[in-house]
Formats: sequence, structure tokens, C-alpha cells
Amino acid sequence: MKATTRSVDGVEIISLEGKITIGSGDTQLREIISNAINSGKNKILLELSKVTTIDSSGIGELVGSYTTVTNRGGKLKLLHLPAKLNELLHVTQLITVFEVYDNEQEAVSSF
Amino acid sequence: MQRGDSERIEITISSRFENIELVQVIAEHLCENAGVDEDGSHWIGMAVREAVANAIKHGNKLDVHKKVNATFDLNGAELEITISDEGAGFDPEKVSDPLNPQNLMKTSGRGIFYMKTFMDQVTYSFQPGGGTSLVMTKNLTGGSGIASTKA
Repeated sequence: MKATTRSVDGVEIISLEGKITIGSGDTQLREIISNAINSGKNKILLELSKVTTIDSSGIGELVGSYTTVTNRGGKLKLLHLPAKLNELLHVTQLITVFEVYDNEQEAVSSF
Repeated sequence: MQRGDSERIEITISSRFENIELVQVIAEHLCENAGVDEDGSHWIGMAVREAVANAIKHGNKLDVHKKVNATFDLNGAELEITISDEGAGFDPEKVSDPLNPQNLMKTSGRGIFYMKTFMDQVTYSFQPGGGTSLVMTKNLTGGSGIASTKA
């Protein structure tokens, strides 16, 4: 998995690309979120349009990331969900947990 | 390959996460060759990924000397996938429901739920001397995608 980060109006936009799966992307995601939080960035927008595969471990890490950021007084939201990830969030009912956006500006303004 | 043909594929891997994809790709290609569309093949591949990941992590406890065996039996439109490990087994009754509100925010425990969602039937058997076999079945004429995979 690749990750690139940029800041827009105080929101850390982290774009993820590739697979978030057991033994690779899942642990990477945990580190990325941990690094962001530890450097004082607690408005996090995960941009997911280029995520190709996410398994149950990857979904678990998304949940863990949400909890980590929330527990530190921040917010974590999702942008540009690929269709299959959208289906997985619905079937696991996690769509009720995450705030999901299709428009970046709208997402940034929501923090 | 045309739907209606029979096919049997077997692969044995050591317990490394990087081998999961090998088995997943076989599942996806077998389904696509049998006429299943891309989405349907993807979800069956995901069920296989979860089964192999569980076998490596929870069954064989990441011991690379222990093997995971995957067998794909296609008879007509009926696909039966067996994933076996060398682990001590577990009690399926103790697997919690990830949709229960008190489990919703847990970071693990969704693998078996995925398998049951994407496949028609999921059963386990445990050998007395150790080793767990998971059998998943799917009728490939049953459509594709999550919505149509679950009755």
C-alpha cells in the first residue's frame, strides 16, 4: 500500500493506494494514523479512491484508526469510497459509524 | 472452460501471509473461467482470502513449517472449496456476531462473517489429532455481488 499526505485548511488528507490487507497494508495504516496523531494532526480525511482490495483486517484497521483518532479528541472521515469498500461498509453496518464524502471540499469544510 | 464442466485444483502453501494471494487468485480465475462475472469472482476470492488468513493466523499460528491446503472442486455450477490447516481448532459457537452493536467497533472478528456473507454455506470439521477443515460451497448460477450472495 502507498500513502501520500497533504494538508488542506488544517485537515490532513491521507490518500491510500493499493491493498489494505492482513500482514501488509493493515499495519501500515495503523502506523500512518499513529504518526499523524502523534504530530498533532487530529483532523484526518482518508482518501480511498485508489484502494483496490480491503479484507477484514483492513476493515478492522479502519475501525481501529477511527477509535484512535476519536479517543484523542480528533475526527476521522472517509472520502471517495470505491464501490466494493462501500458495499463492505454496508454489509458490516460500519457505514453507520463513518462519515463518508464524495466531494473533497465538502469533506474538508465539515471538520 | 464452460459452465457444466468439472474441475479440481489443489494447492498447498506454507503459513505466510504473502501466500494468501496465490490461493485467492486461483479462486478468482476458476470462477471467471466458469463464467462468473468480475464482482462475483471477487467476492468468492475474498471469502477464500479470509479462510486462508484464518488458517495461517489462528490455525497454524504463523508457524511457517505448518501447511495450509486449499482444494477447489467445481462440478457443473457447484463450487466446493476446502481450506485445511494443522491447528488445534476452535469452537465456532464462541465466534461473536460482528453486527451485534457491542461488537461493531471491534478491530477483529469479521473474517467468518465475510465468508458466510459471500458463500452459500460454510462448515467446519475438526480432526482428533489436530487440524481444521473449512468447507465453503457456492452455486455459481446464484448471481454475483454481496446482495445476491445471501439468501
